[in-house]
Amino acid sequence: MIKVTFIEYDGTRTTVEGRNGDSVMSLAAAQGIDGIVAECGGGMMCATCHCYVDDKWFARTGPRSDDEADMLDCAVAEVRQTSRLSCQITLSDALDGLVVHLPETQV
Amino acid sequence: MNDGHVVIVGAGQGGVQAALSLRQEGHGGAITLIGDEEGLPYQRPPLSKDYLKTGQAERLALRPADYFDRKAINLWTGRRVDGIDRAARRVHVGQDTLTYDRLILATGTRNLIPPIPGIGRAFGLRTLAEAKGLRDALNGTRRIAVIGGGFIGLEVAAVARAGRHEVHVAEAAPRLMSRVLSPQMSERFRAKHEALGTRFHLGNGVTELRDGCIVLASGETIDADLVLLAAGVRPNTELAEAAGLAVDNGVVVDPLLRTSDPEIYALGDCCAFPDPESGNHVRLESVQAATDQARAIARTIVHGAQEPYAKVPWFWSDQADWKLQIAGLADPDATSVTVGEDTVFRFSGNRLCAVETINNAKVHMQARKLLARRPAPAYDDLARCGFDLGRETEKDRV
Repeated sequence: MIKVTFIEYDGTRTTVEGRNGDSVMSLAAAQGIDGIVAECGGGMMCATCHCYVDDKWFARTGPRSDDEADMLDCAVAEVRQTSRLSCQITLSDALDGLVVHLPETQV
Repeated sequence: MNDGHVVIVGAGQGGVQAALSLRQEGHGGAITLIGDEEGLPYQRPPLSKDYLKTGQAERLALRPADYFDRKAINLWTGRRVDGIDRAARRVHVGQDTLTYDRLILATGTRNLIPPIPGIGRAFGLRTLAEAKGLRDALNGTRRIAVIGGGFIGLEVAAVARAGRHEVHVAEAAPRLMSRVLSPQMSERFRAKHEALGTRFHLGNGVTELRDGCIVLASGETIDADLVLLAAGVRPNTELAEAAGLAVDNGVVVDPLLRTSDPEIYALGDCCAFPDPESGNHVRLESVQAATDQARAIARTIVHGAQEPYAKVPWFWSDQADWKLQIAGLADPDATSVTVGEDTVFRFSGNRLCAVETINNAKVHMQARKLLARRPAPAYDDLARCGFDLGRETEKDRV
């Protein structure tokens, strides 16, 4: 199992376990993490699963794709260098311990 | 109002969003969410896409079971609301009666079943149970006939072709997705699906289903081991009608999404709301409308009257490796301007009303931003900048 810690805007930390191949978004949805809305269910059709990858982990998740960047242009919260759509981050052993921060709002 | 009991009829994406948004907006009173299907509320869009390919039902749940407890949302699944007593502010659910302070109708739609002999043989694809049935039946079946060339029919056709089924699609209208799409885009998708091996029978409705084949209006018969009915939906308005609420192609609501009874709201696929552009009542079948309207209703209930509902509609459909995205809403007589191969701009009079794209998230998102401006951009302004929405959206940043 791969541990992922979500840190919500108000500081709430939740650590959950996912499987290889899950997306960070689907893990958040399955665990009922409030800060991820994921309106389109991972279709890369909205920008409501926006997260900031923790600086220490950003090198491992890598940057966003061009299509992802286009969607993030319409994210409600500020887009930073570490911004990703969490539906586009796939869990692997290399991401065990991943920490992501969630924006104040997604819609 | 931030106490009191809110009852939500319908536990689809809109009903669930209404419950969550009420809590997020600070509603402290009871919330009861009632759905007629068994099991946890789930997402429908993947049923005709990823789910059909992978069969992974566990990925569809909108929220985990304990989430509803944590948020103090009473979730009643597998229960039907039998009636609304508006005078007493009560709903009847089998043997149970609930008293409400506010009621939200999120009853969605059901499949339209045309009066064709033998139609009972056809599969539907609206619920998870139906999707499971279809997926099982596809296994080991060779020849598929699809009735209806809309989003659902074409999404399934693409999945079935990828699974090497023989696929025929019969559509009574002369072109694909004609209710929502420009003729130019319909044509692009026809060519795409034909290249994938799907065979179309356009302007050729189905008149009968027989054992092992379907019969077309032209008299032709098409052999089929499995028939999918995907000929559109009808809004579930019976409950509202029986309660004496105004109904006209959906439960009629005002710009605050209130029905003709101000204590009762309606949202999503079952509701007809005033389009802020035309003022005409429209009914949309989309996740976007259901969830945006749910959020708007939650704000109105908790904080009092808000701005009139005016979110830009958007839609998507995944067909093979093409993602179709539509921003805005075009009526059937909107004019179309093709820009490059994969983008069509649609105009109502001189104003941009919708933008259709294939695999182009950037233009789609730019269009959503632009259409949120009132009035929408004029044809002449867009033509002057070569239909480059990037240059138009830049103006927002100044």
